[in-house]
Amino acid sequence: MCLAVPAKIVKLNGNDAIVEIEGVRRQSNVSLIQAPKIGDYVLLHAGFAIQKWSEADVQEFNEIMATIQM
Amino acid sequence: MKNDIIKEMLSLAGTIGRPVKLMEVCGTHTMAAFRTGLRSLLPENVSLLSGPGCPVCVTPNDFLDLAIAIAEEPDVVITTFGDMLKVPGSRMSLEHAKARGADVRVVYSPLDALNMAKEQPGKKIVFLGVGFETTAPTVAWTIKEALQSGVANYSVLCAHKTIPEAMLALPAGGDLRIDGFMCPGHVSVIIGAKAYEPICARHHIPCVIAGFEAADMARAITMILRQIAGSQAKVEIEYTRSVTMEGNVTAQDLCSEVFEKSDAQWRGLGTIPDSGLKIRDKYAAHDAQKTFPEIKPTPSASEHGCICGDILRGVKLPADCPLFGRKCTPSSPIGACMVSSEGTCAAYFKYTRRDKKK
Amino acid sequence: MKNTTANNNEIVLMGHGGGGLLTKKIIEEIILQELNNPILAQLDDSACITLPQKDIAFTTDSYVIDPIFFPGADIGKLAVCGTVNDLAMQGAEPKYMSLALIIEEGLPISDFRKIIHSIKETSSAAGVAIVTGDTKVIERRKNRSALSHKNDSQHEQEGGLFINTTGIGLRLPKVDVAVSNARPGDAVIVTGSIGDHGMAVLNLREGLRLESKLTSDVAPLWDMISRVLEKIPGIHCLRDPTRGGVAAALCDIAEASSCGITVTESSLPVKNSVRGACDLLGLEPIAVANEGKAIVICSDNDKNEVLRIIRSHPLGQDACIIGNITAEPAGIVLMKTRTGGERIIDVPTGEALPRIC
Repeated sequence: MCLAVPAKIVKLNGNDAIVEIEGVRRQSNVSLIQAPKIGDYVLLHAGFAIQKWSEADVQEFNEIMATIQM
Repeated sequence: MKNDIIKEMLSLAGTIGRPVKLMEVCGTHTMAAFRTGLRSLLPENVSLLSGPGCPVCVTPNDFLDLAIAIAEEPDVVITTFGDMLKVPGSRMSLEHAKARGADVRVVYSPLDALNMAKEQPGKKIVFLGVGFETTAPTVAWTIKEALQSGVANYSVLCAHKTIPEAMLALPAGGDLRIDGFMCPGHVSVIIGAKAYEPICARHHIPCVIAGFEAADMARAITMILRQIAGSQAKVEIEYTRSVTMEGNVTAQDLCSEVFEKSDAQWRGLGTIPDSGLKIRDKYAAHDAQKTFPEIKPTPSASEHGCICGDILRGVKLPADCPLFGRKCTPSSPIGACMVSSEGTCAAYFKYTRRDKKK
Repeated sequence: MKNTTANNNEIVLMGHGGGGLLTKKIIEEIILQELNNPILAQLDDSACITLPQKDIAFTTDSYVIDPIFFPGADIGKLAVCGTVNDLAMQGAEPKYMSLALIIEEGLPISDFRKIIHSIKETSSAAGVAIVTGDTKVIERRKNRSALSHKNDSQHEQEGGLFINTTGIGLRLPKVDVAVSNARPGDAVIVTGSIGDHGMAVLNLREGLRLESKLTSDVAPLWDMISRVLEKIPGIHCLRDPTRGGVAAALCDIAEASSCGITVTESSLPVKNSVRGACDLLGLEPIAVANEGKAIVICSDNDKNEVLRIIRSHPLGQDACIIGNITAEPAGIVLMKTRTGGERIIDVPTGEALPRIC
């Protein structure tokens, strides 16, 4: 279950954030993650950030996507 | 890198030799495996069964009946995730109820339902709280916020369910003929990998938490095969970019604050002890079960003849079911395995059609 | 556009459909003002037209899109394009159209004017004349969930609009396109990026509050299609992948032609914003509606020339070959996925809605 996608925080105001995925922006809630910052990549589920990715996590994701051809 | 994964998967499968049945617990894995064509890449002796992990599909008739009864009350707006619309109740689905005049609206997030309540104080906004541990904290947040900000016209009809209890209960109804669990990635973001330790201990089979890209799933299957080949059974995380041992403690705390454990009914599996979440009394003002006290849930007539439970456990095939393809079809589903467009029965239905055409 | 009505707050009333003076006013001051031509101006019970040939295409369609204005177009442009494109997909040059308007009371007259103006612009561009029509007004509908999430209470007050159009087109000689004409070995071409219309409208209709560049692709296709057919009349199939998207259109072709179709996932042209919105909502671009795209199926020999002609047209710059027709499995559409796997593409079951799992 549970569709969640990586998105980038582009605006932040308390618990409210604007996150972006492929140029599409959506208002979201970041109260479930610790110390959100602009530029962070988060995992977005039903309008909530449920996890923050470190830079290494983002890189691992990019590697997975780049080598998708199996 | 990916070729290496596939190569290792094939070689491990060869070493193991016997048929290996794995279960992906999570509906989104089922969906992703289907969309990416992963199944067609698996070694011949490795099969992937779809488990009970689609919260929409396992939502039972009586919850839908209750939601529809509430929808018929004056000034009520039912808000829901889009995939709930087609799930059958004992009399009709929400899609039918909407066509008959009920005000049913699809939202992307429970936040949207809460905002709707703020914007339309004259309406009673009821959100259908369906989902596992990933979704539960998001709904918990809106309930807490509604109480704190005094949004009196927002309530949640709660049918949240928890995965580990369902995984523990799986063999209770009969044999569990599976050799490994591919555990849900996003549920695990919240509950943490440690939550699977009792399951691993109970069933003595590998539990690997997987991400949702094809490469993630292939890597997780390889990790399971590696454990099987080495006669191991432990909890491992493939989806390390999102999942930790402890999980998201903020979200866990929020859930325990708003919800408490309860028994829950699963379509196809029956009642599983402690596998549900109900809203605590402190938040009763936002619990639709309590704000519409005159509407009583009617015990649902069981889906007579449906063998969903056995199919979910991997002991029977859709073709063994008397309803399959007759009373139960993708356009008029009865059991959870047909409700999900990628459920075991729906997939069999599709592939049978293809084979007939061949 | 001339504005003969001083009051901008004017709305459509039941009386505008009563057949009396108000009806006459709306027809003369708005509809005829924009859409005037000698045949329509007769205002007779039927339009009398003379066609230069016997071989015609004849189509009808109704437009119930809500909201009636959306990024990139409105219901008026959609209605003209929809009908013109249905004719084009039979290899027919659009000539005449009817226009039946069913207006919900409360629709602002200014909105009505905008839509009629848009119908005029689109029909002139597409070379089709609107020669007969009808106007009816209906009472307000309740529970228009379409507008449910909008903050502005003003929209809650507004009435909507339905349009039915029928079109007549002249089929080009020597052209024999049909959904049942695909043959093994043929190439499958799509004339541009997919899913644009569906995602733009879904975002607005369901109040998903996505901020994006999502824009409908509504466009009349005859100009582009006619260039292809003039050069290569032996095209096998043309289909506009509207509701149900490319998935439904390909399933129709596979079924009607009793052949298989294999598409390659990595070759599907999808805009980033459409992909992003689809990922967020759990949808697939291949199953999302288009209103300005065509699927063109032609022989392997013709494919490069067809692609060149399409790409030289402003509406076809992103065209590409997305797959090919196979003998087996008959009636089934398969997709080669990015990972090198294979899956079945099915007819989408119903409306595309955001999903949670």
